Amino acid sequence: MAKKGYDAGVKEYRDTYWMPEYEPVDTDILACFKITPQPGVPREEVAAAVAAESSTGTWTTVWTDLLTDLDHYKGRAYRIEDVPGSDDAIYAFIAYPIDLFEEGSIVNVLTSLVGNVFGFKALRALRLEDIRFPIAYVMTCGGPPNGIEVERDKMNKYGRPLLGCTIKPKLGLSAKNYGRACYEGLRGGLDFTKDDENVNSQPFMRWRDRFGFVQDAIERAERETGERKGHYLNVTAPTPEEMYKRAEYAKELGTPIIMHDFFTAGFTANTGLANWCRDNGLLLHIHRAMHAVVDRNPNHGIHFRVLAKCLRLSGGDHMHSGTVVGKLEGDRDSTLGWIDCMRDSFIKEDRSRGIFFDQDFGSMPGMLPVASGGIHVWHMPALVNIFGDNSVLQFGGGTLGHPWGNAAGAAANRVAVEACVEARNAGRELEKESKDILTSAAKHSPELKVAMETWKEIKFEFDTVDKLDIQHK
Amino acid sequence: MSKVQDYPSRLGDNSSRKFETFSYLPAMTDKQIREQVQYIVDQGYNPGVEHTEVENAMENYWYMWKLPMFGETDVDTILAECKACHDANPENHVRLIGYDNYAQSQGASMVIYRGKGFK
Repeated sequence: MAKKGYDAGVKEYRDTYWMPEYEPVDTDILACFKITPQPGVPREEVAAAVAAESSTGTWTTVWTDLLTDLDHYKGRAYRIEDVPGSDDAIYAFIAYPIDLFEEGSIVNVLTSLVGNVFGFKALRALRLEDIRFPIAYVMTCGGPPNGIEVERDKMNKYGRPLLGCTIKPKLGLSAKNYGRACYEGLRGGLDFTKDDENVNSQPFMRWRDRFGFVQDAIERAERETGERKGHYLNVTAPTPEEMYKRAEYAKELGTPIIMHDFFTAGFTANTGLANWCRDNGLLLHIHRAMHAVVDRNPNHGIHFRVLAKCLRLSGGDHMHSGTVVGKLEGDRDSTLGWIDCMRDSFIKEDRSRGIFFDQDFGSMPGMLPVASGGIHVWHMPALVNIFGDNSVLQFGGGTLGHPWGNAAGAAANRVAVEACVEARNAGRELEKESKDILTSAAKHSPELKVAMETWKEIKFEFDTVDKLDIQHK
Repeated sequence: MSKVQDYPSRLGDNSSRKFETFSYLPAMTDKQIREQVQYIVDQGYNPGVEHTEVENAMENYWYMWKLPMFGETDVDTILAECKACHDANPENHVRLIGYDNYAQSQGASMVIYRGKGFK
């Protein structure tokens, strides 16, 4: 018996959910929200409102509150900070007791944390900047079905980034012509080719035909080069049943890796497929279509680092991370922060990289970040420097657009990546000496020389929309 | 089309086979090899030498030459072991592994002596 009697009516959220004296415990799920309140709403009240609406609270007191121990279950807003460079936004830190969430369910965590609260009228905008998953919760999740080391052992790739290529045009090729494009890339020295995200099973190319011809391409390229090859066969489908049917067929063909779009398909489908991959020994490549809809606006939505952590827990062996240097959005320091969240066992709080909490993944395997989108050989030194060995560098147009075709384009990229790794290992500064490194490698590779001439002046220099919050006044 | 060059790899030509990292670069000079071995040492990897017939290079396991040189940091000693393996198996690919015992994987793997028929 805590309190006496039931008082109907509306209480201020901060009376219950603002707890500046609260010290988070090791098992709490912690969240940092960037909140832009409506004018006149006090910051403690708005932080408490977010804590309430994303956990146990509703707008009015209800008698059934008294049937439980709300003080145990409620989310607690425990800290507020100014957002650097903003006059009205605040960071609100909220602690959620682990008992609020179903074990191993990213679906459940997100339904609470980014559910109704995002439409709350007292807020002008709301963004989930970061989550700390306690190790106790991490241990309830399956995570990546294989992980980086297992993938390296299975694919026999050591001491360098892996190389991929997305087949273009995105849509419209027949299965046999599509397999040809894969074969040419693989025989030229790529480790992987990739279905584009919207290649599922359209009338111009049904999935079963594509899987068959592509597997043929993989096997011939392996015999020809003596190296292990793969193609991300996209099993994303309208229903989970159809998705598993395609995955089963891929396994039957003996292919090493399949692919899924986790955000359009949803975390339920993704977690199920990751479990299936773990059971069946296939690698899982994760594409992130739709992510920029929720993660690009700096004031509203979910930051990509949160999606990356959630996906690691849900399960995937590769995940697209942005390139920093290519055609798609991605601030450099921020990117370094979230690729740590994909790969490392322990990530320390580091505001200069947008990391708000220490995050311990324990022994959960890591994912390979995939850098893809508008990159070509001239970017290679910067990519190797930014992403290091544990990454997949993926050149679509930068392979297929080579004047001599895909095999030559692939060879150019492979020579370039090996030259960069060799130079890095020898102690050279890749980004400073990039021109010299590539030019000397091109002396032995006519394919690289032509690629360098073709893409010499192509750059994507636009300002980043979603920057880290820094004082700029 | 006359400017377009054919990509010369062939199923019927054994020398079209590659052998993973650095196999798309020309064979390294002694100085370049020393730099790569020094890198393996600097990373704290444990060096190990392996070799195999060129036609079996795609398999997971090559013949292990003696045992990995746990804790060995002297580049000359490591290179001497590679050479001893090459001298005893002159037609085989000889590779140097850098075992990363923290990641429980190989941090590096490179062919130091290319086998018969490979430049």
